Amino acid sequence: MSVETDRSSTESSAASGLDFEDTVLTLRLPGSSSSSSSDPDRKRASTSDPDRRSPVTESPPSPKARVVGWPPVRAFRKNALAAAASKAKFVKVAVDGAPYLRKVDLEAYPGYDQLLAALQDKFFSHFTIRKLGNEEMKLVDAVTGTEYVPTYEDKDGDWMLVGDVPWK
Amino acid sequence: MGRGGSRATGAAAPPWHALPDEVWEHAFSFLPTAADRGAAAGACSSWLRAERRSRHHLAVANCYAAAPRDAIERFPAVRAAEVKGKPHFADFGLVPPAWGGAAAPWIAAAADGWPLLEELSFKRMVVTDECLEMIAASFRNFQVLRLVSCDGFSTAGLAAIAAGCRQLRELDLQENEIEDCSIHWLSLFPESFTSLVTLNFSCLDGEVNITVLERLVTRCRNLKTLKLNNAIPLDKLASLLQKAPQLVELGTGKFSADYHPDLFAKLEVAFGGCKSLRKLSGAWDAVPDYLPAFYCVCDGLTSLNLSYATVRGPELIKFISRCKNLQQLWVMDLIEDLGLAVVASSCSKLQELRVFPSDHFGLGVLTERGLVDVSASCPMLESVLYFCRRMTNEALITIAKNRPNFTCFRLCILEPHTPDYITQHPLDAGFSAIVESCKGLRRLSISGLLTDLVFRSIGAHADRLEMLSIAFAGNSDLGLNYILSGCKSLKKLEIRDCPFGDKPLLANAAKLETMRSLWMSSCLLTLGACRQLARKMPHLSVEIMNDPGWSCPLDSLPDESPVEKLYVYRTIAGPRSDTPSYVQIV
Repeated sequence: MSVETDRSSTESSAASGLDFEDTVLTLRLPGSSSSSSSDPDRKRASTSDPDRRSPVTESPPSPKARVVGWPPVRAFRKNALAAAASKAKFVKVAVDGAPYLRKVDLEAYPGYDQLLAALQDKFFSHFTIRKLGNEEMKLVDAVTGTEYVPTYEDKDGDWMLVGDVPWK
Repeated sequence: MGRGGSRATGAAAPPWHALPDEVWEHAFSFLPTAADRGAAAGACSSWLRAERRSRHHLAVANCYAAAPRDAIERFPAVRAAEVKGKPHFADFGLVPPAWGGAAAPWIAAAADGWPLLEELSFKRMVVTDECLEMIAASFRNFQVLRLVSCDGFSTAGLAAIAAGCRQLRELDLQENEIEDCSIHWLSLFPESFTSLVTLNFSCLDGEVNITVLERLVTRCRNLKTLKLNNAIPLDKLASLLQKAPQLVELGTGKFSADYHPDLFAKLEVAFGGCKSLRKLSGAWDAVPDYLPAFYCVCDGLTSLNLSYATVRGPELIKFISRCKNLQQLWVMDLIEDLGLAVVASSCSKLQELRVFPSDHFGLGVLTERGLVDVSASCPMLESVLYFCRRMTNEALITIAKNRPNFTCFRLCILEPHTPDYITQHPLDAGFSAIVESCKGLRRLSISGLLTDLVFRSIGAHADRLEMLSIAFAGNSDLGLNYILSGCKSLKKLEIRDCPFGDKPLLANAAKLETMRSLWMSSCLLTLGACRQLARKMPHLSVEIMNDPGWSCPLDSLPDESPVEKLYVYRTIAGPRSDTPSYVQIV
């Protein structure tokens, strides 16, 4: 028997009372069966679902199946070492009207769509993504409806529209 | 309790209990700890009055244990206050965001009742820019700001501090989440400002104006501690050191650049000038080629924090072997057993060792061997934090025999439920040896495969234990019962993923009021037991945490409902009013 990895299952089981005698819970690795979509939210649900009463794993767990908050290392340290190790390409993003800059790791996204989704995540109070008829995604202010155009400064100092140049 | 002196001269000295308060206040100033002062205050009403009115330093270990107003009323003369917020396990992501721990009520109350406040220290709390602005505006004598593992503020708040606190001596930011507003907060220290003794912005993730920093460092002739962030390039570090050769403590921030002999020479000269340097940290991404530039300061170092330096064994060893006077060493497991053997033979004055895990899964060349060596050869070693992949009972028994003077022993075996890798037995015998031998043990974290037996030993022997952390251990309710019915000095207990249920909690309800707090997550608790506990113990706050994505009024749930996270603490303030929707106070 395996634990379903979507959120609603966790909610209903908590409400009805978890079956404590069940020690055959296993944590399914993301992408192994039902979660074949690349929806990032789904992946997050599975990695954060604590592996409650599973038996000792025989082989070293893959990073995605680790238990929440274990090993007990501060988030600050984890992030610092991850940043150093991953050769992440962090860029600072400023949004007109937002008080804080946010750092975004370009290496973490496979394409422009995911980058836009991440920007929405980080500046959520400011805009949302609107999908146009032709599958194009635009960042739109959630309140006023004005469009935000992502731009960046390239190494020559010119301002470019995000999306003009191929992702790589 | 004798009479106040009837001296031969006939002068009638007042009886002791009629001595003026100032005399008692002066006497109490010699008491070394807050606990001693608390005990004195309990003796009689005049001592209570004298003690509380002369208390200058107040440590509030749980911000919800008392209301800020109460603290200020009771201790009106406080000049230095330290407040802690979220439970310790918040460090590891077990407490969802917006849980609480706001510093604002404390700062507002202090602004009102402690206008002469000089020092504020917050740990694991939410500190906003408004909080920092209020500090800058309210305390004309403000000198020390220390923020540890806090969040909620940005460089705008730092700007307010820089601009407003004319007497600032210490700005110490440790491992905080600081938003970057692109404000050049450093430039807001006025040109006339020269009082800085400590400046630590190592956790700040953003650019810093180097010229401004250099000017600040140059004019603050009393600067003793400087901890830089990642934004300072190596050649600028050298210049800064030349402007501040009096430094006692240095955090280098990033320590990498392509190797260049000129830069190396510059660094060597700069370090050579720092004759007072005793504590070194930072060295993020340290490039081994530059490490020898440090060699001239090694002999004087008492504290070395290389826990962010991804330097491997051999270079690390060459460096550490020169540090004969080290008392405190923090490293990553990249030091390996071999490196720890060198530490054992070189650093005879070592008091504290912390070995953190790097992300190198499967390498396993740091084993129990390293810890055994250090414990055998470092007679003053009393505090250990050790992350490793394997351990044996024999090693722990040896360590316990070698070092009965441990006060803090935290062992984290990375894989939960790992047994003694040679015998495959649980590690009960090893940890039992530790608590039986180390009579002064105040803090303990256990890991690996453990049965209820280890808890029997801990409950019976760990008389001075104040803080205990347990994860993935035990078989049954007995385990928790042993702890709660023993451990005379227990103040903080934190438990995760253990098969402990309602019975031991309810059977030892009274114990919880003698403790500061209890955390239990992913255990076998039910809502009914928590309700009973809350009814039985009115001075305890019983907080239940649900999945933030789902909040359901507690009243509608049956007693059998499982409780995922429980946080119980004693309080004289009643239930707090700032809980998020996923926290409910029973």
